[in-house]
Amino acid sequence: MWLWFHKLASPPHAYRVLGKLAPWFGWPALGLILLATWWGLVKAPADYQQGDAFRILYVHAPTAWMSMFIYVVMAIAAAVGLIWRIKLAHAAAAAAAPIGASFTFLALATGSIWGKPMWGTWWVWDARLTSELILLFLYLGYMALRSSFDDPQRADRASAVLAIVGVINVPIIHYSVEWWTTLHQPASVTKFDKPSIAIEMLYPLFIMIVGLQLYFGWAISRRLRGEILRRERNASWLKEAR
Amino acid sequence: MDLNEFFRMGGYAGYVWTSYGLTALVLLLNWLAARRCEAREQESARRRSSTD
Repeated sequence: MWLWFHKLASPPHAYRVLGKLAPWFGWPALGLILLATWWGLVKAPADYQQGDAFRILYVHAPTAWMSMFIYVVMAIAAAVGLIWRIKLAHAAAAAAAPIGASFTFLALATGSIWGKPMWGTWWVWDARLTSELILLFLYLGYMALRSSFDDPQRADRASAVLAIVGVINVPIIHYSVEWWTTLHQPASVTKFDKPSIAIEMLYPLFIMIVGLQLYFGWAISRRLRGEILRRERNASWLKEAR
Repeated sequence: MDLNEFFRMGGYAGYVWTSYGLTALVLLLNWLAARRCEAREQESARRRSSTD
């Protein structure tokens, strides 16, 4: 088990495996995202209260969900890197950050665009919106902190601490709609006993989430390969690899 | 299906199409950025290995 793990975490091996995996993430991601878009825009029925504006759900909820998911992935990778001193884990955290930041931006922007016709305002300083904005600042702060060090090892350690401390914000985002009074509607999907959303409206949502997960898998594979090459600039395997 | 009706989105066209357009744009930029990140490091690794 440990032997296998060390082999996987070795840069040359990871570089090869990621290169093989990436297309298996990328192509299904493209297919599922297109399918979910068509389903959400064309096939799903309009909402009886929100009309066609509810279709924003299919880009808003999955991107918001991804913004939190990627943060947790980043924090776990940073923790693994910090505790077991695995450089590849730090590299993975660094590769995840810009992708997570872009999903957070999308969640905020599409939420704002949805809020205007439904709530009559682009933005309110309530718990859900504010904590999601803090998530964006955590991503940006993480990236800024990394780039402020010349020494990659110090950058890894300092930014890992920030990523781990910041993970407290993720449950705050999730439960903010229950803990505080807010304009944002409570969860309607993650109530497994009985989701309060029609099943034919749910399929495109799940397809979009799976599609974006695969998209993230593709993007982090590509970025991580770049990150590995950058960190291993003087290693001998680089010459053997080509 | 009536195409005009589809593009009108029940009067929410501006909101719906902006959301989807923005999402498509950011996913596309992310895709390009990830590819560039990998390609740039591959190029610089190639250049280093050819000089020594």
